[in-house]
Amino acid sequence: MPAPSSDTPGVVPSKSSIFAGSGDLATEIGRMADGSAHELDTMREVDSDEDGRSAKKRLGPVFWVAAGWFLLVALAAVLAPILPLKSYTAPSAYIRQPPSAQFWFGTDTIGRDIFSRVVWGGRVSLAVAFASISFGVLVGGTIGIVSGYFRGRIETLLMGFCDVLLSFPALLLALSIVAFRGDQRDLLTISLAIGVVSIAPIARLVRANTLVYSQREFVTAARSLGAKRGRIIIREILPNVIFPVLSFSIIAIGLAIVAEGGLAFLGQSVQPPTPTWGGMISDGRNYLANAPWISLMPCLVLFVTVVALNLAGDRIREYFDIKDNN
Amino acid sequence: MRFVRKKLVQLIVVMLCVTFFSFLLLELLPGDTATTLCAGAGGTECIEQKTEEFHLNDPMPVRYVRWLGGVVTGDFGSSARNAQPVSEALQQRMPVTIELLLYSQFLALIIAVPVGIIAAQRAGGLFDRGSTGVLFLFLAIPNFMLALVLILIFPVKLKLLNAVGYTPFTENPLKSLGSLLLPAITLAAAEMATYMRLLRTDLIATMQEDYITMAKAKGMSPRHILLRHAFKPSSFSLITVIGLNFGRLIGGTLLVEVIFSINGLGKYTVDGILGRDYIPVQGAILVIALGYVLVNFAVDMIYAALDPRIRHARSLV
Repeated sequence: MPAPSSDTPGVVPSKSSIFAGSGDLATEIGRMADGSAHELDTMREVDSDEDGRSAKKRLGPVFWVAAGWFLLVALAAVLAPILPLKSYTAPSAYIRQPPSAQFWFGTDTIGRDIFSRVVWGGRVSLAVAFASISFGVLVGGTIGIVSGYFRGRIETLLMGFCDVLLSFPALLLALSIVAFRGDQRDLLTISLAIGVVSIAPIARLVRANTLVYSQREFVTAARSLGAKRGRIIIREILPNVIFPVLSFSIIAIGLAIVAEGGLAFLGQSVQPPTPTWGGMISDGRNYLANAPWISLMPCLVLFVTVVALNLAGDRIREYFDIKDNN
Repeated sequence: MRFVRKKLVQLIVVMLCVTFFSFLLLELLPGDTATTLCAGAGGTECIEQKTEEFHLNDPMPVRYVRWLGGVVTGDFGSSARNAQPVSEALQQRMPVTIELLLYSQFLALIIAVPVGIIAAQRAGGLFDRGSTGVLFLFLAIPNFMLALVLILIFPVKLKLLNAVGYTPFTENPLKSLGSLLLPAITLAAAEMATYMRLLRTDLIATMQEDYITMAKAKGMSPRHILLRHAFKPSSFSLITVIGLNFGRLIGGTLLVEVIFSINGLGKYTVDGILGRDYIPVQGAILVIALGYVLVNFAVDMIYAALDPRIRHARSLV
């Protein structure tokens, strides 16, 4: 039973599930980051008989179904302008129609086709998710690698900064950043808000991995051959750190999609009439009694997408986990 | 005790950092107390007067120290919109959020513990796989989605319970628990899955210990071994995580409070930020952060008390 890590003053990471969860982006990512560090190993040891020890590692059908769904959604989002969709902005006389052959997902309160809004909303939601996690990986990754490799005062400073970020409720932090940008609730603002929240957990994950790899022989070898610090970081450590971060960011993209939904529920996501999944779900919640499909259809798509991302990310992490092969 | 002293110092440092940082953060946000106060009966005169009154022209560190001085004496300032003292508002809203938290943790445990124990009994069996699968879905459901589905099922379709509102516990305990049932379930869902996985994993690990083999060799029944010998040592990390979640969830109730219109701490904070009313937000963040840090501190203490290895490992550092 490992103790909560003692190097972070006051803020002790919760070690729990490998699976992505609901709601709070930073804490969920934090959970996974900390969880994947030690708890997973014990979990896998225990579970190893279930999967069969000698089985050759494959991504498995679950991964391909999940990846297939995500590709479908992403493709639809990218191709939205050239797909034969009904208008997603123009109101029509068909108000609050339930799902039918004509309107696959039904229509909303002013007669817009929900299916085409889900496709167009996916464009925005996915764009926000990709942009925010890219930002998080860039900034958080840099912080993590630098503090994990150089240690010392830089590490104390950077990780202290991350601890302060983490001690804010994630949604509150995102909300403040949106408020900071004033009334400009555009794609950039929302992406920035969610991106900043994702910095600290990603930095922690990268730091933990960097710590492990900086102790390895090949790094010592490179150093004794006279490699400069920048070269060691980029050529020796980065390629090793990148895989856990990659699988992790797939899951984090799912969390970012959920986080956008959270902001939408506070009325602070991308401004209407631009559709986002979260915005659509939030808009329909007052019509649950008479027209539940307005909320539930985008909600279903969001949910399946998030689950698909979780499953895919999880499988990739296991696939690239070298320890598991021994 | 050196360990306690060290932790206490850390605690104070973190509190100072968090409040300073939140002060800075709110400083960056557009609008201030003066403009909020003068929103209706505008005029630069009014703004100037209020700016003077609230010392808004002082440098930020000066105002931070002044605010901190107020906090130490119990004065959190008051809301710019309705002039309600922040300390009074916090007193009203804190019990609501705390009740919601306790309630949701209780619900999560009441499901997670039995399920975890049964699942661990036959690891890899049908029940284990089934419950893990179902709880995985619970974890992946965004809490706003779960809230919507619950509202759709109970108040809308079955006409049971209310979708919004809150009855104070002191007024009518039963009604109060009823009014918080849906929000509590919403919060509990993800925790439930986490707790169950954690307990299951630890139980399976404990069952491989030598003293369990010993107990088996003595011919004790599997049920007795599981409940009497394995459960207690396996529940340590569960206790830890529950403690940590308390701290974490103080901020996490925010969205749930907004969806279910419960006037708790989270909604208070959101209203403050959206209404450009920053003094209440500052007070609420202080309380949330304090709760978070205190619970973490308590958990560390419990952990150290339970496991002497930690006390020693740390006092060596």
